Amino acid sequence: MTTLLRSAPSTKARTSTGVRGRPLLRTSYEQDLALANTPAKRRSMIGLIVASFVVPFLLTDDLLQVLTLGMISAVGAIGLNLVTGYAGQVSLGHAFFIGLGAYTGAVLGGDPDGSIVGYGLPIWVWLPAAGVVAAVAGLIVGPVAVRLRGLYLAIVTLGLVFLGDHVFREARSITGGPGVGRRGAQLEIFGIDFHAMEPIEGISRNQAQFLLALVFLIVFAILGRNIARSGVGRAFGAIRDRDVAAAVIGVDLTKYKIMAFAMSSFFAGVTGALYYAVIGVFEPGAFSLLLSIQYIAMVLIGGVATISGSIMGAMFIALLPRISQFIAAYIPGELLTVFQLEAILYGALIIVFLIFEPRGLYGIWLRIRNYWKGWPFSY
Amino acid sequence: MTTFFQAVLDGFAQGSIYALLALGFVMIYKATLVISFAQPALMVCGGLFAHHASRVWDIPFWPSLAIAVLCGAVLGMVVERLALRPMVGKPVFTLAIITIGVDIALRVLANRYMGADPRGVTYPNGGRRYEFLGLSISHQRLGLIAVTIVTVIALALFFRYAKTGLAMRATALSQETALAQGIRVGTMFALAWAIAGGLAAIAGTFVAATGAGIEQNTWIIALKALPAIIIGGLDSIPGAVVGGILVGLIESLTAVFQPDVAPWLGNNFALVAPYALMFLILLVKPYGLFGTKEVERV
Repeated sequence: MTTLLRSAPSTKARTSTGVRGRPLLRTSYEQDLALANTPAKRRSMIGLIVASFVVPFLLTDDLLQVLTLGMISAVGAIGLNLVTGYAGQVSLGHAFFIGLGAYTGAVLGGDPDGSIVGYGLPIWVWLPAAGVVAAVAGLIVGPVAVRLRGLYLAIVTLGLVFLGDHVFREARSITGGPGVGRRGAQLEIFGIDFHAMEPIEGISRNQAQFLLALVFLIVFAILGRNIARSGVGRAFGAIRDRDVAAAVIGVDLTKYKIMAFAMSSFFAGVTGALYYAVIGVFEPGAFSLLLSIQYIAMVLIGGVATISGSIMGAMFIALLPRISQFIAAYIPGELLTVFQLEAILYGALIIVFLIFEPRGLYGIWLRIRNYWKGWPFSY
Repeated sequence: MTTFFQAVLDGFAQGSIYALLALGFVMIYKATLVISFAQPALMVCGGLFAHHASRVWDIPFWPSLAIAVLCGAVLGMVVERLALRPMVGKPVFTLAIITIGVDIALRVLANRYMGADPRGVTYPNGGRRYEFLGLSISHQRLGLIAVTIVTVIALALFFRYAKTGLAMRATALSQETALAQGIRVGTMFALAWAIAGGLAAIAGTFVAATGAGIEQNTWIIALKALPAIIIGGLDSIPGAVVGGILVGLIESLTAVFQPDVAPWLGNNFALVAPYALMFLILLVKPYGLFGTKEVERV
């Protein structure tokens, strides 16, 4: 495990303790960009992963389900962060790509005996296919997006959500239509049915789904991190910081903007397929502007252009209904219902984070970390 | 043929609402370079102010409209002062997202006031219809078109001749230079939001007066002003009016003709037709019909 987290070194200098026992001394750029570039990061990452595998056996089922869905949407948030955070192309169209993925997954992996079309293919087919279909849609939208900048792009992608919403509502043979909906894909891996009450002896459905989502998240988080720290990620950053300057130093704007959209849509597609496979029944109204805003909120609250931030943001948004229930208990009388409180919290949290902590939860974590790093000195 | 012209006439009336909202968007965009996603909430609130004046206080329509405009303007200024002024100088995307937050929060309050029943505004002789060359238009819609025309002309005159209007144009052109000339840039921001709030309130009042009144999901209407401003060009006032009317026309024409001509597009395609039109126009003109092209400097 430890060697896996370090990027493949060939020089002798890269031992676990670094040069002459100084683990933070870097002698190459590759070392600096390694997945876990400090021993502390490496240890805490392994610790966190191990802890996450233990979590399902400690928590109650309803909380587990919330966390499961949070982890799956974290992958979508990472996707949005690639295009909006890293490449700086504001996209309000994420819901559309998630919807595409959800329906591709549901059609390919749906129950063949169900009332609505489904081919019952295995997860190895429908999950990647959902990503690919969404990515192709991203490729088609890309060229339009390349011509536009900033808020023009935001509004055009918003238009995409409305057009997609219309298509999903009208394509009744695939989506079941508004108010009716359809079932998502079947979740069966190695003959284990994740919708069964007890998929594996002694492990409940929610625990099994949690573990599945955890593996899914780890795979895509490492994938996202690798995209971000490779040449592609640096090209994205250059475009975000100043596209003219990026073009001057030789970044092909068209290519990389389209790539950003395609990659982000791929992440959105797989998220959509898996999310609604876990949820079960879903209807076309789910893919509205509100979903896009939720994802934007995940990115902004979590931390722009950070993978761990996207995960934190997604978990936070997933837990928000729980949090607002908790707060609602303290609000006297009939002042606000739980749903109204939740909606207000959305709005308020976005504003508060943007004003006071633009780097999001990740920024808060950085502050805590740096405080303890220098403790007992202030810096 | 009569069907066609009737559709055009209806589209023109509906387009007036979009034009008013689009004007508000452009007003804020020109002053602060922010697209305010809070307009839907401002429209709904404006409509509710008018409703409260008209139905609860039993004030006639036109004074209610005036009250709504005034309250809408104040609301716009409050939003600007509380949520946007502290953020001056931050990236415009951040500000745009903040307006989304404002929109969500305001709409929750509005929904809370509304409850489950639609909230209307009493319009005198609202049902009376005028016939002309086989076309028919209701008194309300005629009033709406008249109010829109008057508002647009008044705004144009204000920006052309009034000293404050000139100051606002200067601010839009260059904030620093305007500041150096002794213009209070902050006040101009507030004024832009006030005008946008007032315009949204007019739109909201007429939405409440015509048809079903204001309901929980009436705010979607205001989002159709977004394709309108993109079609017209983000920073163009004539563009906003033309874009708004175009969106109204395309919506009304698709509603009438699409079920026969292109039934494969599905029911209610008219609701999303403006977005399709926006895509088509952007493919040809990336900065809209009247927008200024961005000039890049290295």
